[in-house]
Amino acid sequence: MMEGKLEPLLAVRDLSATFHRHGAPSRVVDGISFDIAPGESVGFVGESGCGKSVTARAILRLAPEGSSIELGGRILFRGQDLLRLDAAAMTDIRGRDIAMVFQDPMSSLNPVLSVGAQIDDMLIRHTGLSRRAARRRAIELLDLVGIHDPASRADDHPHQFSGGMRQRVLIAIAVSCQPALLIADEPTTALDVTVQAQILRLLLRLRRELGMALMLITHDFGVIAGMVERVHVMQAGAIVETGAVDALFAAPRHPYTRALLDAVPRLETGGLDSTAGPA
Amino acid sequence: MPASMPACRMSDVARRPTRRPRTTAQVLVTVGLVMLAVLIAVALFGPSLAPYNPTRTSPASLDGPTLAHWLGTDSIGRDVLSRLIVGGRATLLITFVAVAIALAAGLILGLTSGYIGGAVDLVIMRALDVVFAFPVFLLAIAVVAALGPTLPNLILTIAVVYTPTMARVVRGPVLSVKRWDHVEAARSVGIGEFTIAVRHVLPLVISPVLVQTSLTLANTIFTVTALSFLGLGPPPPDPNWGSMLAEARQFMELAPLTVIGPSLAIVFASLTFIVLANGLRDVLDVAGR
Repeated sequence: MMEGKLEPLLAVRDLSATFHRHGAPSRVVDGISFDIAPGESVGFVGESGCGKSVTARAILRLAPEGSSIELGGRILFRGQDLLRLDAAAMTDIRGRDIAMVFQDPMSSLNPVLSVGAQIDDMLIRHTGLSRRAARRRAIELLDLVGIHDPASRADDHPHQFSGGMRQRVLIAIAVSCQPALLIADEPTTALDVTVQAQILRLLLRLRRELGMALMLITHDFGVIAGMVERVHVMQAGAIVETGAVDALFAAPRHPYTRALLDAVPRLETGGLDSTAGPA
Repeated sequence: MPASMPACRMSDVARRPTRRPRTTAQVLVTVGLVMLAVLIAVALFGPSLAPYNPTRTSPASLDGPTLAHWLGTDSIGRDVLSRLIVGGRATLLITFVAVAIALAAGLILGLTSGYIGGAVDLVIMRALDVVFAFPVFLLAIAVVAALGPTLPNLILTIAVVYTPTMARVVRGPVLSVKRWDHVEAARSVGIGEFTIAVRHVLPLVISPVLVQTSLTLANTIFTVTALSFLGLGPPPPDPNWGSMLAEARQFMELAPLTVIGPSLAIVFASLTFIVLANGLRDVLDVAGR
């Protein structure tokens, strides 16, 4: 639609990621390129281990602790190559310009700090607000993500929140500095189906209200539909098909995309094949 | 099943497995804290609690227990009870300060080593291994003998001896906590590495450190009194439990209380910390997590 005209917010060119473990290199992302325009929402779909999470983490230059990962290619954010920034400049970009929401809300919050304090830290770090002003803003943010009675909930600790509520808190932390790009890595996988829908609706609303671009990573086509404008299908570290979400659903061209779509259980065909197996 | 089953039965059954070990631990912690309060009170207010001047001699030497001298007098007629109360101050002061230094050093070294990892970890841990390889007493005796038995030397030596243990107890859980999701989540929103280490990793490793601190306090009581017993403690005539034992040893048969008194004081002090450590371990559930 409009992505052709706008200067891309994020332009990834020939990105590769290679893990070095026990001397044997293994290339998990193999030369992928894509653009994300300001305010655009893009989905990345693929099975576990196809490299979609590594791609997301590469943009923030986050490597799994204890592993050594080598990134190649270019990641241009507003024309600036993130792979060539020094560590301090990269830390400034994280959270302020690009933020991320992770898969498991149960373990992604610090269990010994109140949720308010965790939002405060973030605001103080990036905006230089005083602790009191940061707390006022933190309460607004908790309200924005749909936490009831945010003023008193801000002093509660993560264990006093349900999984869905914790994911809302994590989203509040991620959007607290109004980043230009929000990366959501399987944001609903660890949640109940009903809560999933609420979280997705929240992400959609925030994207619209804050004008963020959204990079949504999932293995679930059901999550992608209605959430994003364009989809990249990944397999074995490469993008095998790209398209507008409706067109891709209607007429997948790549056999892998078709296989992925066929893997989604459908009501009209009786869902999972119940006749399979012996007896 | 009889219909007259008491109503409270259900909640009892539901509570029993979780509550019972917990209360035992809580009792231990309470007892430990009360004993600790006694120790601290003696250390703080010792001179005003003691019935006599602990260094004043009198002709009544090795006097058995009397109403005037509850634990008798020592070989030069000083009141044993007063010396015990005042002597606790020196022993406990050395113990607390030395362990506080070891704890601070252990937290800094263990956190740095475990969090940064790699070459930094290797260098710090091997350096600590060197200290760790020496028997505690040998090292303490060597240092105090070489530098002189002054109070700062004694404190510093004991602190150095116990630092490797502390650092290891900190480093272990840091290695695992630094891989937890919330650490990556904090990093992903631009929280700096120093803040992550201090605010998102350190608080989560504190429980085993508390238990180890308490155990180290118990060990340090023994180390301090043993060094004093060997004449490497604070110089006379000020009393401390170790040197009191050494002096009274020769008159053990004539005045057994002069030996039993300080011995019981030492046992009481180390028992305090052992009880506390056991209670804390269960309350904080260090092994279970």
